Parts: sequence; C-alpha cells; structure tokens
Amino acid sequence: LRGQRAGGAGPGAAAAGPGPGPAGADTVSAPAQGGGSAVIDMENMDDTSGSSFEDMGEMHQRMKEEEEEEAEGEAGAGEEEDGEFLGMKGLRGQLGRQVADQMWQVGKRQASRAFSLYANIDILRPYFDVEPVQVRARLLESMIPVKMINFPQKIAGELYGPLMLVFTLVAILLHGMKTSDTIIREGTLMGTAIGTCFGYWLGVSSFMYFLAYLCNAQITMVQMLSLLGYGLFGHCITLFVTYNIHFHSLFYIFWLVVGGLSTLRMVAVLVSRTVGHTQRLILCGTLAALHMLFLLYLHFAYHKVVEGILDTLEGPNMPPFQRVARDIPVVSNAILNTTAKAIALTL
Amino acid sequence: FPGLADVSISQDIPVEGEITVPVGSHSPDEDFSTLDEPVKDTIMRDLKAVGKKFVHVMYPKKSSALLRDWDLWGPLVLCVSLALMLQGGSADSKDDGGPQFAEVFVIIWFGAVVITLNSKLLGGTISFFQSLCVLGYCVMPLTVAMLVCRLVLLAGAGTVSFIIRLIVVGAMFGWSTLASTAFLADSQPPNRKALVVYPIFLFYFVISWMILTFTPQ
Repeated sequence: LRGQRAGGAGPGAAAAGPGPGPAGADTVSAPAQGGGSAVIDMENMDDTSGSSFEDMGEMHQRMKEEEEEEAEGEAGAGEEEDGEFLGMKGLRGQLGRQVADQMWQVGKRQASRAFSLYANIDILRPYFDVEPVQVRARLLESMIPVKMINFPQKIAGELYGPLMLVFTLVAILLHGMKTSDTIIREGTLMGTAIGTCFGYWLGVSSFMYFLAYLCNAQITMVQMLSLLGYGLFGHCITLFVTYNIHFHSLFYIFWLVVGGLSTLRMVAVLVSRTVGHTQRLILCGTLAALHMLFLLYLHFAYHKVVEGILDTLEGPNMPPFQRVARDIPVVSNAILNTTAKAIALTL
Repeated sequence: FPGLADVSISQDIPVEGEITVPVGSHSPDEDFSTLDEPVKDTIMRDLKAVGKKFVHVMYPKKSSALLRDWDLWGPLVLCVSLALMLQGGSADSKDDGGPQFAEVFVIIWFGAVVITLNSKLLGGTISFFQSLCVLGYCVMPLTVAMLVCRLVLLAGAGTVSFIIRLIVVGAMFGWSTLASTAFLADSQPPNRKALVVYPIFLFYFVISWMILTFTPQ
C-alpha cells in the first residue's frame, strides 16, 4: 500500500485536496516544511484561476472512486474469506473492523462529494470577474437615472461592488453610532451595524425579487442584488457627509437629491424591464418607498442628537448645538460646526 | 491509472523520464527525532519562526518565506492582546459602549476571512491560511499603536493627546496596509490590485478607528 501511495503520489494527494478542505491544508503543509516529500503541497493546488478546475476535480473524483473500489474489493474478498471461519472470536473482531472501515470509506466519499459540490467557492467566481474601471463606472452610473424606459436596460450581475458598498456602509454606520453615543443593550454595536446593512441588502433584494416574479418583471436574483447594492452608494455618500456635519436641512437636501437620484435610477431600470402600468406602479412604488425610508431610518435611529436641534432656516445667529460626543473631542466638533456655519452664512 | 487511458500522446514523441517521485529516505527518522527532542527545542523553533515573521512585518519586502511557512500563533497573540487592551469598562456599567473582547475578536477574524475569500474569488493564487497569516501578522503595527495610545491616555485626554494619538494611529494604519499589500497584492493579476487593496484598507481602517476612539473608563 505504501508503494502504491508513493507511486500515485501526484493525483492521489491532489484528490485528497478538495476533500478534507482546511484540515487537509493543515496536514499537508507540515511535510512541505521538511523539504522534499512525495506529497504535493496543497497550496499549489489552490491555483484555480484556470477554467479546467472542474475537469481536474472530476478526474480526481473518478480516480479516488476507483481507489476506493479497489480497497472495497480487497475488503470484500477478505470478508468472504473470514465468513468461512465464523467460529473464531478473533476473526469476528476483524470482520467488524473491516465493516467499520468500509462504512467510513463510503461516508467519507459521500461527504467529500457533497463538500466539493456545495462548498465550492467557484460557484461565486463569475460574479467577481470585474476590473476596477468597471466598478468605478458602475458606481458613477448608479447616480444617473436612465431616460429610456421602453427598452429593457442591461444590469450587470456583479457582486463585488455591492459587497464592498455594504461593508463601507457598515463602517460608516459604526462611526455614526459611536459618535452619537448610541447604547445598544442587547447585542453589540458591530453586530447591529452588520445585521442592519446585510439584512437590508439581502432582505429587500429577496422581497423585490419576489414582487418582480409576481409582476412578471425580467430580472434575476443576482441582478436584483447588484442593482440594490449599487443603489446603496447614494446612502453611503449621504450618511458619510451628514454623520459629520449636523444640520437637519442639509440632511433633507441630501436625502432628496442624492437618495432620490439613486432611487430614480433603480426604479427606471426596473420599470424598463416590466410590462403593464399596474405592475410598474407596484414595483417602483415599493422600491422607492423602501429605499428612501431606509436612509431616513439610518439617519434618525442611529444618530441621536442629544439636545438643541439647529434649523438653519432660523438664521445664522443660533449657537451651534451641543452634542455629547463620547469619543471625538470638542475640538474637531467645533471646527466642523464653525465650518458649516461659515458655509451657511455665505449661502 | 485507467482513468488516464484516454489522454492521447502523439506516437512519435518518446515519453521518458522518471516515474518515481524521490521521497526523502530519512523522513521516518526525522519524524521520530522531532518527537524525541526536548520540549524547549520545539518551543524555541516555533518562537523563532514567529519572531522572524514579526521582523518581516516590520520591514516589509517581498519574501516567499513568510508565505510558505504560515502559522497562526502570531495572529492569535496579537488579536488577543489587542482585544484585551480595547476592552472598555465593566459589563454592568451604565456607559456600556466599549467594544467587548468578543466583538474585537470576531471583527478581526471575520474581516480576515472575508478579505481572503474576496481575494480568492478575484483570482488570487494565495491559499486560505497563507492569507489569514499575512493579515493577522500585519495587525502588529496597530497593536503597537494601541499600546502607545494607552500610555498617552495615562498622561491625560486633551487636545494634544488626541493629535498625538491621531498621528500615531494614522502612521501605523498606513504601515499595516502597506505591509499587507506588499504580500497580498502580488498574488493577484496586475490590473486588479486595487480591487483587493480596498477591503484591506477598510479592514485596517475599522480597527484603527476603534483604537483611536477608545477612552478608558
């Protein structure tokens, strides 16, 4: 068996690669430290940038199955021989051991097949196939509403941009919660921020996909995720600005202009892919309401202004309002407030 | 291997070479010898490896040694010490806003896993644990910044101390990002480096911001 293993070192060890996953990486990298060994370093096997990964995986799976069948054949032959010696206690133990061994092999084979099918990260690979210029172009496009709504607009099914935007929104939300002294009783700040942002992205996407299915709109789940994700770019900008400069009317202006632009874009794209007036109305009404209300919610729920709400319409003579900022000292706050007041004075 | 029977080789090209893969004949003896060595030798070897990696982070230059012999001891020590230092106040105080140990721990490891998955999905050639190892070791400048911040906060919490802390944390954040980029960005196709660098930037930014906004209770 040892010779067989050494001879079949290449495909055999590589077949063991996709199977055990991280545990395999642990055991395989140790011999790599010791110098030349027969086992191929699993780190090299992770080079899945080529498209032949599926072929290699199939080949290895097939060869592994043949190895298992050989082992089973041997075990089966051994069983038949031992079956004739039923009277001897020692051999019954051996029979039990071989049965257990066989069960283990079958179980391992099934588990590794399920693992390589479902935990295969390559399922998501095509959605991350983007260039930086494309991401930048799509970010800018997400703020520009399209005019042509009678022709179905193209939506790129890409997940890198939306995912990064959700994480950026989490970071901005965390900053806003901290500087406004939000106290979360049950849970943590980070957990709440991540839960809110991811919950919105995934939940509203699923809900809109369901509505789109009911209203016969031509959109897939990945496209919906991508559309809503890029729509969060407006939210990121608005919150980034208004969590640092605290004028309520500034927030309302940003809410209408920036939030409105990104909502208009999403709505226009969705409308261009739907037929029928009632369906279009349902879809764009729901999406617009949810998107704008989410921005409103993020500003007010996680950014409590403690006292003295300043309304710039009352005039520039009001003193800057007092905020209890726990961590950022008074200096930076005062600088920002005086800058904003100066801007308001010049307007 | 019957599975390879359908791989066609042209008839007039002679296939030659060695089929046997040379196995180090002394490898069984080596296994026994590392089992028999005194515990001090084992620990010292691991400590030296960890120390060498810390030095690599201090002076980041491209070296494949850090990537090849990955280990997660250094990241664990750094993560635990950072989380301990970032703990704010007791659990039942009224002002329960400081990040708890578990929160910092989860942020660091969850963030590192997400960045690794992202870089693999973008076509990176680096493996999962190598990437975790690099990201974990590059938290070291930020741990040093946390130590400095705590010392500065002992002296007082005014404007001057804030500016000092801002400069120190900003410098360490830049160092962390540059160090990890030096290792990770090389494993990407050249036109996609920016796509990998941005999540690393965001990750270290969140950690540095947690350090900067820390005030002891």
